[in-house]
Amino acid sequence: MSTPYNTTEDYFDVPVLTGQLPPKEKRTKLLQALLDMDPDISFDDPLENDMILNMGPSHPATHGVLRILLRLDGETIVNAMPELGYLHRGYEKIAENETYHEFITHTDRLDYLQPVHNNIGFILAVEKLLGIEAPPRAQYIRTMLGELARISSHLVAFGVMAMDVGAMTLLLWCFREREKIHDIFDLVIGARFTTSYTRIGGLSQDITDEGLHAIRAFLEQFPERLNEGERLLNRNRIFVDRCRGTGVISGEQALAWGLTGPNLRASGVALDLRRDTPYLVYNDLDFEVITEPECDSLARYYVRLREMKESVRMVYQCMDKIPAGSIHAHEPKKVLPRKERIYTRMEELIHDFMIVNFGVNPPSGEVHHAIESSKGQLGFHIVSRGEGHPWRLKIRSPSFCNLQALPVLLKGHMLSDILAILGSLDPVMGEADK
Amino acid sequence: MGLESALGEGYLTTTLDALIGWARKNSLWPMPMGVSCCAIELMSAGDPRHDISRYGMEVMRFSPRQSDVMIVAGTVTYKMAKVVRKIYDQMAEPRWVIAMGACASSGGMFRSYSVVQGIDLFVPVDVYAAGCPPRPENLFNALLVLQKKISSSSVLEYRNSKESLIVT
Amino acid sequence: MNLHLEQLVNTLRERFGDAVEDVVDFRDDVIVTVHRDIIVEAATLLRDNPECPFPLCEDVFGIDAFTEKKRFEVNYRFFSLEKNERVHLKVRVDEDDAVVPSITDVFPCAGWYEREAWDMIGVTFSGHPDLRRIYMPEDYEYFPLRKDFPLMGVSGSIPLPKRG
Repeated sequence: MSTPYNTTEDYFDVPVLTGQLPPKEKRTKLLQALLDMDPDISFDDPLENDMILNMGPSHPATHGVLRILLRLDGETIVNAMPELGYLHRGYEKIAENETYHEFITHTDRLDYLQPVHNNIGFILAVEKLLGIEAPPRAQYIRTMLGELARISSHLVAFGVMAMDVGAMTLLLWCFREREKIHDIFDLVIGARFTTSYTRIGGLSQDITDEGLHAIRAFLEQFPERLNEGERLLNRNRIFVDRCRGTGVISGEQALAWGLTGPNLRASGVALDLRRDTPYLVYNDLDFEVITEPECDSLARYYVRLREMKESVRMVYQCMDKIPAGSIHAHEPKKVLPRKERIYTRMEELIHDFMIVNFGVNPPSGEVHHAIESSKGQLGFHIVSRGEGHPWRLKIRSPSFCNLQALPVLLKGHMLSDILAILGSLDPVMGEADK
Repeated sequence: MGLESALGEGYLTTTLDALIGWARKNSLWPMPMGVSCCAIELMSAGDPRHDISRYGMEVMRFSPRQSDVMIVAGTVTYKMAKVVRKIYDQMAEPRWVIAMGACASSGGMFRSYSVVQGIDLFVPVDVYAAGCPPRPENLFNALLVLQKKISSSSVLEYRNSKESLIVT
Repeated sequence: MNLHLEQLVNTLRERFGDAVEDVVDFRDDVIVTVHRDIIVEAATLLRDNPECPFPLCEDVFGIDAFTEKKRFEVNYRFFSLEKNERVHLKVRVDEDDAVVPSITDVFPCAGWYEREAWDMIGVTFSGHPDLRRIYMPEDYEYFPLRKDFPLMGVSGSIPLPKRG
């Protein structure tokens, strides 16, 4: 079989056998960094005892393409080095060449478990730059569907963490519930997964009574399903023993390492951007910020579980308070006009032509807007020089920042704890690699 | 290797071809090379609503040695291409590749410096499934087309027949 | 600009004088341009500020402004939990002298953020414990987010396996 790779050295960056490291000039920088990070490990045995294990990018449990190099002393992890970049698609460079409307579809693929939330985050940053605000009905619908997206993302985190630890049933149950949420998105938005729902100044389409009815039907049966899942795991000896006490990081350490979202709240720090720097209609909703005092994987699991229940309450409140009205702001040169008016009136035709071809022309300046996504704080920093496309768009992705704490979380644990810790940290590589 | 070398030409081979093709197509074990968003739709294809085990494919073996078809689901970057090719090389023949999604088929919406514009630049692909991401029903369509290809291909000519089929 | 941020800007001005070069307030976002020599002390001051501490470093990233002088900018964003405020510091460096002191001693989370800025823009951070590429392969020669780097990249810069 002729392949372009003929020698073992071409295939493997790290040694296959225990104790055999490549000579210093042939080591990759990653391997050298892994060995350098703990220079004070001393061994009695002259043959080095530690083994280098590559938990490679193609792995069933790494939540995507994450490569972790582990330095093991037997089964105990001495050091861990995550390597990213296997899904680096060049979002920020693409954004410099596309108009703001064209980039909305790209934001779907960032944190691909909750596309609606990414759309919301990006469009709020663009609307802040333009200085316009969507009408109240659009804001309520955005909040409602955003919370549904949060529920669907936490369901995946829930199911995949349970599957990695060994409880496979839960994955199938969670995906069954997720299919119901996908049906709701399909009905309301038109796409089940990559939605691209928001537009500058509003939404792409309005929600009908049928859609509201479908959401209510889902929410009525959802707490019982969640209960079934809880009954499987909460007092399950194996699950609790595997997760309790693993991946402990205190509140100050978590802040120092840049953790946000449920991971930070499980260390006792009550930071939730929905309450602290409110956006959309979170000012009018009544919800709790969920924290847990123990800072381990089990606490992160509990935070996500209780957040799902809070989200259900929030969606009920939104549905009761949703006002009637239009879903598009009245800003002719910035908001895409309605199709029926484009075909019949001249001004709308010209505006549509200008907006689609040259983009909305925002003022020059830099803005930043951050939302609380299900992984943490998702921020978009837009540098505009007055053209239709941004000069620079920086995406502050929570998974990238959460993964930085992985070596701190893994040190000292055993090999099989990696899955519980990584599952509780819940990174999404589409976001971490941008 | 194995069956092919023991067979010669003749009427026996067509019946055996049909039998082997039927056995192979109904017991495909996929290797889910789930790289990004399409991987979530691949997982959805395995959930109770769209049940992939009715085709016998719920056995998602993450080991290339034990699998028949590699479903590349997601955007493959240049850094990841080396890894995908390694996994493909480790699969035992007969092996097939499904390019799931727009990104795997042609680079998709990511026309940038780090994305490979289609995995057929470095692995031979049998079926392309279009969509961003393709719905699970679309993935099943691709799997059925692959099954048709497997059942109609001759065991002796396996290595020569590498035409790809496009599914929309 | 609200009260806390005004006090903060005044504190910075008193402490560092001329090194605080510019303050911009656009849509309620305050951006303070400082000289690169004082960035570590400014970060320490922000973290330990008694009235309004900023314990969370949200982000560190680079911008290629593509101007003749002071081409690269490094931006730092901090968040205060007590007062729910954000502040943005900016450091501008020339193309020939693109070195900025690293703030990883003050904020450990800046480790990966600065690696990303090095990878994408090419600004070196002196004193960084582990300055390697993070997104592109280790031996990649170019800096993708510079304005003179094409969107489709340089063909052949990362080798692709051969199709068998």
